[in-house]
Amino acid sequence: MEMKPLTRLILGLVCLLVAIWLVAPTLVVVPMSFNVNKSLAFPPQGFSWQWYQNFATNAEWSTSFLNSLKVASIVAVLATVLGTLAAFGLDRMKARPANLLRMLMLTPMVVPGVVLAIGIYAVYLDAQLVGTLPGFVLAHTILALPFVLIAVSANLEVFDRRLETAAASLGAGALTTFRTVTLPLILPGILSGLLFAFATSFDEIVVSLFITNSYLKTLPVQIFSSITRDADPTVAAVGTILLCATTILIGGGMLLLGRERKGRL
Amino acid sequence: MNPRPDNRGAAIDLESVTKAYGAFKALNGVSLRIEPGEFMTLLGPSGSGKTTTLNVIAGFTDVTSGKLLVGAKSVVGVPAHKRNIGVVFQHYALFPHMTVGRNVAYPLTLRGVEQAKRKRRVAEALDMVKMGDFAHRYPSELSGGQQQRVALARAIVFDPSLLLMDEPLGALDKKLREWLQLEIKRIHRELGTTFVYVTHDQEEALVLSDRIAVFNRGRIEQVGTGRQLYDEPATLFVGRFIGDSTVLRGEARSDGTSTALTVAGETVTAPRRIAGEASPVMLLRPEKLTIRRPGKADAGANRLSGTIAEAIYLGSGSKYEVKLGDGSTAIVRSPLTGESFGLGEKVELCFDGADAKLLPDDCTADTTLT
Repeated sequence: MEMKPLTRLILGLVCLLVAIWLVAPTLVVVPMSFNVNKSLAFPPQGFSWQWYQNFATNAEWSTSFLNSLKVASIVAVLATVLGTLAAFGLDRMKARPANLLRMLMLTPMVVPGVVLAIGIYAVYLDAQLVGTLPGFVLAHTILALPFVLIAVSANLEVFDRRLETAAASLGAGALTTFRTVTLPLILPGILSGLLFAFATSFDEIVVSLFITNSYLKTLPVQIFSSITRDADPTVAAVGTILLCATTILIGGGMLLLGRERKGRL
Repeated sequence: MNPRPDNRGAAIDLESVTKAYGAFKALNGVSLRIEPGEFMTLLGPSGSGKTTTLNVIAGFTDVTSGKLLVGAKSVVGVPAHKRNIGVVFQHYALFPHMTVGRNVAYPLTLRGVEQAKRKRRVAEALDMVKMGDFAHRYPSELSGGQQQRVALARAIVFDPSLLLMDEPLGALDKKLREWLQLEIKRIHRELGTTFVYVTHDQEEALVLSDRIAVFNRGRIEQVGTGRQLYDEPATLFVGRFIGDSTVLRGEARSDGTSTALTVAGETVTAPRRIAGEASPVMLLRPEKLTIRRPGKADAGANRLSGTIAEAIYLGSGSKYEVKLGDGSTAIVRSPLTGESFGLGEKVELCFDGADAKLLPDDCTADTTLT
């Protein structure tokens, strides 16, 4: 449909406003991280790298960062394997029981995080999992699993199962068929599930606050406790690093996917 | 049939094969022998069991009871990937993440064929289907007809002794279909492999097949060459499914050597009778009927009067649909040199009683089957 120039201008302005509204709070962090003074004032004064330095050298920060990396990596792998298997099982089950099971597995997305956190905390106290790596991994996997399940299920839905029949007729057993036909075709879903699972664990705060202690802190917990204790611009530096990292990761992924798609069409 | 001395195809034997889904029998005691190197078409309307039969041979579906032998060896319980049977699907089923070349190489890779040999055989198979220049393309870059040719190459590249095709041309337009039919015929001749072809298109079956097995409601009605099925249909269903036909129903009288049928007050006779209790019907092929204006006396011949309901110009002649006195429709073909008739015109149809096939009525509605 042809648009009048005025309509087009108004539409453009509204879009710009919404975009600024969405991105601004995130972008405010970037200049704050270069502040000379130890305050989270905006606009910042002067320019210095000291908060980045602090992040790299202060043991509290680097340990929590490594903890988060460790937890998120294990969670990403675990949730991806479990979620992919679950998606497969549900895809090949009868529709009614599959839908019930699927709903059950998606509940961690619906249940309020605080409620889930209280439950997990109560169980962890008895099981002595508070402040342990397995404790974090288990809790985060519960939260990350639904994302993998959704991503892989969506891919399986458009996957043509008749290709598996064709592969069988050409001599491929069930495992070979999975490896050479099914897996490559649902890989985008699995990879995006992996990415989501990693991100879910990496920035999880609610449950983490309950099950953390002085032995094991993840980065979001460290950020939270730091900012409630004093106005440390290191938080802004961490935020900026994370912003750059995720932008590169997601942007790169989209570029790669786009190029591959173009190659095929 | 004349089996080629050099053929490498496998024989197939189905013995009272039954496939039941609960109370519904998709196949109800199907027995069929397919000769080595033969082009056998399984023909029937949808839901008649032809595709189920193909799936049973391919190993995609288990049989409930009965025997299935491929090359004299029982394959009941053998999984599909161990049967070494090529299959071409209606929906092509090419792997979208592989190039044409890798698609065709896939069955060879699985069989551990070394790379140099693999390359040569892929090239040969693609040449055979005239897709040699497309090895580096992806399936999504090809048209439907091209994709199906690649699928055919992939199904023959590993030298299966049997090739199954499930309505492979069903999704293509008429011109392309006709051309690919001839291609498939040529490839069958060059390979000498046994081909089993499923279709609901009787014209396609007639073009391609050595023999045709006509399926109806989970059973085989008749097996024979196209000519046998057209000239000597064993059942009314076969007679109506293969080619155009006119079916006359009416009050029947039999006197031992001949049968008289009274259709809306007019009586026609045929010098035959059928055994059994079923009421007989007469089946007439369009070329056995002659059409003319009424009134000319012509003793001896069978005559039926009717009205032209549809006149179709075919180029080589005309086809008329004539509404008979009892409301049923007769189909007549007349050469260009003959008289022509207009819609609504009263006409008379004549035929020689010896040309009428007498068959037991199967009581199906007199609608065109497709």
